[in-house]
Amino acid sequence: MQNALFHWSFAIPEIWVLAMACVVLLVDVFVGERQRDVAYVLSIFTLLAAMALTWSQMGQTGFAFFGQFHLDPFTSIASFFVELLSLLVLSYSRKYLLRRSLYRGEVFVLLLFALLGALILISGANLLILYLGLELLALSQYALVAFQRGNLRATEAGLKYFILGALASALLLYGMSLLYGLTGTLDLHQIAIALVNVGSANYLLMLAVVFLVAGIAFKFGAAPFHMWLPDAYQGAPTPVTLFMSSVPKIAIFALFLRILVDGGYGSIEIWRQLFVALVVVSLVIGNVVAIAQTNLKRMLAYSTVGNMGFLALGIVAGTQNGLASAFFYAVVYAFMATAAFGLIVYLSREGFEAEEISDLRGLVRTRPWAAFLLLIIMFSLAGVPPTIGFYAKLAVFQALIEAHFIWLAVFGVLMAVVGAFYYLRVLKVALFDAPAEDLAYGADDPLAASVLTVNSLALLILGIVPGALVAFCYHALQGVL
Amino acid sequence: MIPLSHWLILGALLFSIGVVGIFLNRKNVIILLMAIEILLLAVNINFVAFSRYLGNLQGQIFVFFVLTVAAAEAAIGLAILVVYFRNRRSINVEDIDDLRG
Repeated sequence: MQNALFHWSFAIPEIWVLAMACVVLLVDVFVGERQRDVAYVLSIFTLLAAMALTWSQMGQTGFAFFGQFHLDPFTSIASFFVELLSLLVLSYSRKYLLRRSLYRGEVFVLLLFALLGALILISGANLLILYLGLELLALSQYALVAFQRGNLRATEAGLKYFILGALASALLLYGMSLLYGLTGTLDLHQIAIALVNVGSANYLLMLAVVFLVAGIAFKFGAAPFHMWLPDAYQGAPTPVTLFMSSVPKIAIFALFLRILVDGGYGSIEIWRQLFVALVVVSLVIGNVVAIAQTNLKRMLAYSTVGNMGFLALGIVAGTQNGLASAFFYAVVYAFMATAAFGLIVYLSREGFEAEEISDLRGLVRTRPWAAFLLLIIMFSLAGVPPTIGFYAKLAVFQALIEAHFIWLAVFGVLMAVVGAFYYLRVLKVALFDAPAEDLAYGADDPLAASVLTVNSLALLILGIVPGALVAFCYHALQGVL
Repeated sequence: MIPLSHWLILGALLFSIGVVGIFLNRKNVIILLMAIEILLLAVNINFVAFSRYLGNLQGQIFVFFVLTVAAAEAAIGLAILVVYFRNRRSINVEDIDDLRG
């Protein structure tokens, strides 16, 4: 039986990231303050090599570590995106960290460990492994959020994120314990087999699924479990917000896919109804409350809540196509969010975070190129063609209509229209208002500027020729059901 | 022998106490950290009870990992709390209101 084999070579990207995180930690201690760039370059190299290793595994499938580790197209493709996003985060944030004396080795190490957690989450095939991956990701993020130690808002955000994140983990864990009691195994494959005999009318299974969905929704930031998200996004240093809004979204989608599809697809009738409720509440709260925000980071946080609602539309559809569209949405959203927060990182300087919407007044006069990129990003977030954001929304709506959830699709489209209002308001401020005289954006940072340009233009170009990315994401979900 | 249902009720009660402790507590952040520990221990009781009932060791192994992670989590939580206290000079839950809206 293939399950019984060790096959450690399947986990080479994870082993590489783990080893290099330890190496970066040690090297940083030895080279010290003066040559911090060594640790930085080493981290970049780690991520590039991890991407190459993941790419070389593309197409392999199987189980490793006695069935606890799952390598399939989804593992390779999702891991690749997660590594690419971490690379973007690092390239955006060098100057930002330098200017605030946050340019320390621990940032890179914590980022690599968070990435490792995400990778484990993506490839786990056992409840225990998924839990450990989730906690590695979450604990690294708590530390990253509170990393700016002298900053009251950052530490407050860290505290709030920690408490509600721990509550979310506990909810998920409680669901896992009930699932274990019901099926007598932690292995997702065997859980799926055991659930065939249980049937979806079992009260214990219902209870377990309710707790699992609540935990996943908490981690996603879907309303009504979103209270931590605006505070954590606003308070954290912007590069950390950049990380939190991209990598974990794909990783948590993987968590959902592993537990509720690989393991619990037998309970789809239960979790589908719960996700319908989450979708409705998230779309309303995310899109309506965002209108009232004056802080750009906080507005984007509520926009995350709304976007998690759109993502969950694909989950509600529950079909092969629906899950693939949800994964596609998660990937596209992660790249849109990196571009949006990357722009804030790019415009900020010491003592000025560029995080209020009014800070962008007249951006088109002072920084015309940045204003143009902002236009693409906001159009993409609002779902205006021909950006990739449009195709992401189109894909979930198509899958939803195929699965006969017509009224939910209509509701989603209406909420997308409401959402367009606050994205366009940012553009109005940036393009038509007079620039304030006291505003001075950060000095030019060629690295962040070029990454931002590539990132934003990709949103436009992939929107014009979306075929390859769509095919890539849909291939990931092939054979999942 | 104590039946499985008694253990599950105990776990559920402890879990409820933990959740109520997080949402109703208006005084002290330390109490929140204690509530989080209770949540995790409630889950542990579930796992051990099921494991014993099913005659399957996996649940007890899971508990070892949960205990370890809980220790790491408490360490990080307390560290964040100490840093927060240095900035705010208070760990009163009602004072944690700088970020809102």
